Amino acid sequence: MHELSIAMSILDRVLEESRARGDARVEAVYLRIGPLSGVDVEALRFAFEVACEESQLSGCRLEITEVPISLECPSCRSEKQAVSIQQLCCSDCGTPSPEIVHGRELELRAVELVE
Amino acid sequence: MNRPRLVEVRENILKQNDLLARSLRTRFHEAGVLVVSFVSSPGSGKTTLLEKLLARASEKFRIAALVGDLATENDAARLMRAAPQVKQITTGTVCHLDAHMVELALANWELNKLDLLFIENVGNLVCPSSYDLGEDLRFVLLSATEGEDKPLKYPTIFNTSDVAIITKMDLAAAAEFDVELAHRNIQSVRPGMRVFELSAKTGKGIDELSSFIQSQRLVSQSATAV
Repeated sequence: MHELSIAMSILDRVLEESRARGDARVEAVYLRIGPLSGVDVEALRFAFEVACEESQLSGCRLEITEVPISLECPSCRSEKQAVSIQQLCCSDCGTPSPEIVHGRELELRAVELVE
Repeated sequence: MNRPRLVEVRENILKQNDLLARSLRTRFHEAGVLVVSFVSSPGSGKTTLLEKLLARASEKFRIAALVGDLATENDAARLMRAAPQVKQITTGTVCHLDAHMVELALANWELNKLDLLFIENVGNLVCPSSYDLGEDLRFVLLSATEGEDKPLKYPTIFNTSDVAIITKMDLAAAAEFDVELAHRNIQSVRPGMRVFELSAKTGKGIDELSSFIQSQRLVSQSATAV
């Protein structure tokens, strides 16, 4: 359950953005998360709620975009979706590929503030 | 009332850890020490394998180990019989090591007096996958008694590791462990992954792994020289 420490990191970074704009109220936090980041989205939602309690982020929206896994397919010579996290091969031609393009994201994309 | 405004951040949430890991990696390279970390579920044989590797490698190399656990210093006490420089990191309730814990543990160490550093992570196949420790290579262990489908159940840790090691091969027949299927599952979650099979108890396969680590040391040295 490392999602709590991840939630705390998000909280710290968002508070920094808010402080830089005169303690602006935080309406929403936007994240991009891939399945290969090692973070469970549902656990993170729960942890984020806990982390935000009694802070100025309490009650803010958490918008998570889940990024699908894509690979550089050596046969198609282009970026293709992977079949699944258990099967890292091209969903078009089935060629396995260790070259991951997307899916590792654990990114704080944006913050919605009211100044 | 002012309207909400979207402020772009576009930053990795674990940026602090990643920056610290990068600076550790630079320090390791400058000191000429190859760093290998070990991850697995609890009881897969990390400490037993490390005991054997330390004993083998300490004939030729200056070698040290960091061991992570939630509590107790038992593992460090075990490893200290095989190598002089061993430090336990007790994480309390934290389920993984991070770059900051590694940096603190190394505070008084003279890295340029080392050739090899092994880092044993907390027994956990989930949380350690998100944290770069500045290591050159990450080894993931899977014991024959755990079942062939561990890679499919924990794909991320296999994906973030460089090498897979199937341990307790002496028990494979008794556990009806399908080694071919285990290999297929590993390749499915991490195509092209290098896999070793061994038994720390009988010693079978330890030589091959030791030679591999040694060869990686030469690779990293020549990379640093360039």
